[in-house]
Amino acid sequence: MQEVCLAIPLACLAGAVVSGLFGWKIGRVASHLVTILGVAVAFVLSVSVVLPWTVTGHTFNGSVYTWLTAGRLSLPVGFLIDPLSALMMTVVTFVSLMVHIYSIGYMRDDPGYQRFFSYISLFTFAMLMLVMANNFLQLFFGWEAVGLVSYLLIGFWHTKESAIYASLKAFLVNRVGDFGFVLGIAAIYTHFGSLDYATVFTMAPAKAASMVHMVPGTSWHLMTLICLLLFVGAMGKSAQMPLHVWLPDSMEGPTPISALIHAATMVTAGIFMVARMSPLFELSPAARSVVLVIGALTGLLMAFVAVVQNDIKRVIAYSTLSQLGYMTAALGVSAYAASIFHLVTHAFFKALLFLSAGSVIVAMHHEQDVRRMGGLRRYMPVTFICTWVGSLALAGIPPFSGFFSKDMILDAVHSAHITGAPFAYWVLTAAVFVTALYTFRMLFLVFYGEPRMDKHTREHLHESPWVITVPLVLLAIPAAVAGMLLIKPLLFGHFFGNSIVVSPGDNVLSEIGRRYHGVGPFILNAFRSPPIYLAAAGIASAWYLYIRAPRLPDIISRRFHGLYTVLTNKYGFDEFNDFVFAGGARALGRALWMVGDVQIIDGLMVGGTARLVGWVSARMRRLQSGFIYHYAFAIIAGLFLLMTFFLHV
Amino acid sequence: MIPHILSLCIWIPIAGGVGILMAGNDDRAQLARVLALAFSVATFLLTLPLYIGFDAGTAAMQFVERYRWIPSFNIHYHLGIDGISLPLILLTSFTGMLVVLAGWRVIQRRVAQYFGAFLIMEGLMIGVFSSLDAILFYVFWEAMLIPMFLIIGIWGGPNRIYATIKFFLYTFLGSVLMLVALLYLYFQAHTFEISALYSLKIGMREQVLLFIAFLLAFAVKIPMWPVHTWLPDAHVEAPTGGSVVLAAIMLKMGGYGFLRFSLPILPDASRELSGLMIALSLIAIVYIGFVALVQDDMKKLIAYSSIAHMGFVTLGVFIFSRLGAEGAITQMVSHGFVSGALFLCVGVLYDRLHSRQISDYGGVASRMPVFAAFMMLFAMANAALPGTSGFVGEFLVILGAFKANAWYGIIAATSLITGAAYTLWMYKRVIFGTASSPKVQALKDITLREGLVLGLLAVAVLGIGVWPRPLLHVMHQSVAHLVRQAAASKLG
Repeated sequence: MQEVCLAIPLACLAGAVVSGLFGWKIGRVASHLVTILGVAVAFVLSVSVVLPWTVTGHTFNGSVYTWLTAGRLSLPVGFLIDPLSALMMTVVTFVSLMVHIYSIGYMRDDPGYQRFFSYISLFTFAMLMLVMANNFLQLFFGWEAVGLVSYLLIGFWHTKESAIYASLKAFLVNRVGDFGFVLGIAAIYTHFGSLDYATVFTMAPAKAASMVHMVPGTSWHLMTLICLLLFVGAMGKSAQMPLHVWLPDSMEGPTPISALIHAATMVTAGIFMVARMSPLFELSPAARSVVLVIGALTGLLMAFVAVVQNDIKRVIAYSTLSQLGYMTAALGVSAYAASIFHLVTHAFFKALLFLSAGSVIVAMHHEQDVRRMGGLRRYMPVTFICTWVGSLALAGIPPFSGFFSKDMILDAVHSAHITGAPFAYWVLTAAVFVTALYTFRMLFLVFYGEPRMDKHTREHLHESPWVITVPLVLLAIPAAVAGMLLIKPLLFGHFFGNSIVVSPGDNVLSEIGRRYHGVGPFILNAFRSPPIYLAAAGIASAWYLYIRAPRLPDIISRRFHGLYTVLTNKYGFDEFNDFVFAGGARALGRALWMVGDVQIIDGLMVGGTARLVGWVSARMRRLQSGFIYHYAFAIIAGLFLLMTFFLHV
Repeated sequence: MIPHILSLCIWIPIAGGVGILMAGNDDRAQLARVLALAFSVATFLLTLPLYIGFDAGTAAMQFVERYRWIPSFNIHYHLGIDGISLPLILLTSFTGMLVVLAGWRVIQRRVAQYFGAFLIMEGLMIGVFSSLDAILFYVFWEAMLIPMFLIIGIWGGPNRIYATIKFFLYTFLGSVLMLVALLYLYFQAHTFEISALYSLKIGMREQVLLFIAFLLAFAVKIPMWPVHTWLPDAHVEAPTGGSVVLAAIMLKMGGYGFLRFSLPILPDASRELSGLMIALSLIAIVYIGFVALVQDDMKKLIAYSSIAHMGFVTLGVFIFSRLGAEGAITQMVSHGFVSGALFLCVGVLYDRLHSRQISDYGGVASRMPVFAAFMMLFAMANAALPGTSGFVGEFLVILGAFKANAWYGIIAATSLITGAAYTLWMYKRVIFGTASSPKVQALKDITLREGLVLGLLAVAVLGIGVWPRPLLHVMHQSVAHLVRQAAASKLG
């Protein structure tokens, strides 16, 4: 098994290295072939070897080599292959393969073609290292490596000012999350003496009652501290408020990577990480309450913003934020399996939506404003149908995949007893309406109504080539059916085995499982609770506002001008961060430099010493006047003083 | 094994340097270059057997050479290395080679003198790291300043005289107090053997005074806040090669001094004053991080970043754990590669555009893609990205510091944010964007020679990042021994 585990990430790395270092020599076709071959190998091995092996109850936990030893600490690089990582590997390599193929078409005219393929293969390698890790160090390595590639890909068009600004912002905001993450790892090392998952998880229950005293006079549960620190990392990577600000800007990157990195895989790393750490989070209800509330707020507040966005990619980006909020909320109520389930279905339907949007953008000659689209259904039938599938899944309409996973999350939150659960349930339920509204607003604006683009663009409208449409279709299939196929094995079938730990008192999913009698009854049962009606109402509102009475949205936005401005300003997070953090850091740096270094240290201390020496020597110099009678007087006076001194003592 | 190998490592570059000086004037510049390269490569190859033949299973000094030098004062020519000095010697000989390559075409004036000075300095620096007699150490320590003083003063920038005097006075002031401390120790122990000083009993008051004397010497060198202001000035004025040696090796002498002298000779005072040392380290990490953010001059920015990174070294040393000390040494080695590489990158740009101002650049990536890729790697290493050497030391020190006191870890970990901010913001402004100025548009990508220098460093940075174990492996016993020494009491 170890050979297979090594082959999977290394195949991707090899593709990345070949295309990155020798791409200029071997050319475009060879570059995309070699990277696609690498990812294809990884996908085939994941789906045909690793996944079946874990489903039959096997796990692999072994190290490849010792990264370093220091003191009593030994840090290996190794793999933990269990159902959770196997599922993630399959999803990551599948979406990555689709995106690789799609990029042949999307990036066709780009001068950085080979570099692009090298980056996305490198990303796949890093993401695989992250999900396959068996220890915190390697997790962090993968974590930072995906962040690096994300940074490189957001700023892929490095002459575009908005792109390089967005890439820097993404990296720095993620670093804020990493700050917490590293401290969480340090806390684990301090209290467990090891960074190995298995060791830490085994010891964790014994530490459940440990308290730490960070500030004199206060005491916190150790587990709460560790979990919250780790969650700060997850908030950065999975873009939870208030560390979400980088994700919408990341849309400056090429669309295929928005699908791969900023929708399907990397941004779910935080979700995966918390699920992986379920043995720790189960020990801290307080931390889980925080997770739940932050997830729920992100779920609703970001959905609102999606409604007022006009850039097609930004609509989907805010939707991703909102959906990540759902996943996070599910983690908070210990429904880790439901969260991973939504992660998987979301990977399919969101990658599908992004790639469809990319197809539209290519057809529109890189126009991304939905106000200048319209009526595209006649020109792009495949893209149109795929977008429908993705939208239905996102809005949570049965029997599409998103319906099952989203309903499970709502059910789980509804059944939970943890602090904050009732609040989160209502917030997330409200978000269902908003989700359907913004999703179908986008769909109707892009594909229905009168074409609003200029004449030249309209004349050249056509469906995208097969390298683009084939991945769309291949993603549309799981986006449609993955929900009904996976719900039973993933949630009620002990698929995850021991890879996810839930304490019996909080196990909402097993409670729901007792009421579960198959896909049909599950769908029927959904009609007894509000979310499905809210979704339908959202679609109906979108239809009314954007097809039936297209002038109404403008009137509403003028009428509720204040609210509209708050939403278009995205609640002012960017302005606040720019002013307080970026501006504050620069002002502080300048103050420390000009006052601390230049004035006090150099001016007062160094310069002051020099001036003092100068002043003293200037005085001393006067003594050496060169006049013999001055010296004679000094000698006589000195002699007199000394004689007085010796005679009287 | 090769007999007298340490002496050879010291004296071959010095002899080579003197030889090149005699080879003479600029008519025979090419001869001087070739000779310098030959000697520096020979020195590097000579230091490799030190690693191969090193016995990592013991904390004892190895490759020892000991001869009477000045019998009347009981001074010996005593050399030897352990797991703390070995990585630094390898770093020195590796860097020496790169500096010669980097100065190959850039230096057109007084070529023989330039390369001669560097080779002599390389030998002296290896001498510092392998001396086991305090006077021998002191001689190397002071002698090393002279070539550096000349390198900045002759081949430096417009404000070089101010910078050299500031550099010299700062470092000399510190060293003189160290000499006083060594003399005091001699009168107690009647020997300058460093190992004999380890077993000398010293009272608390004396320990504290001695500690402060050593501290001034080492704190200036490394440099610690608030005696750091000479470094940005020296770097800005120094030629590229001077900056590389200054950052990559000279700063490490301060850290080495703490490990070789302060901790084992004065363990009680070290523990007593560790709070102060940790506070100064943390100030360096945070304060300097913000100052680096607002620099307009690339070299100044990297110089400030060096100070912040050295804060991790002193922090790691004064938390008295194996993790901390090994992290500190790793950080020293890694910083040698990374800051050296970044100064070389600035040198590459400076040679083409004759400006170090960030605002004069922008859009370099379009014209120099290979260079941009190299600099990306080194910038990421400077921002402590896992998989590069820059991560290893910082990570170990943060772990150790958090264990010692959670707040130390928390404050130190802010460098994750500030380090990334100042490094990548500079990178963005210099490398990315549109090439607006005509000068930038005329830039040519790096030559094969420049590529070789940066490539060697890239291999080192990635190699240590992906597999640091071979580096840490050699220090385990020596560091464990040191931590035991620092934990013991030497009071009367």
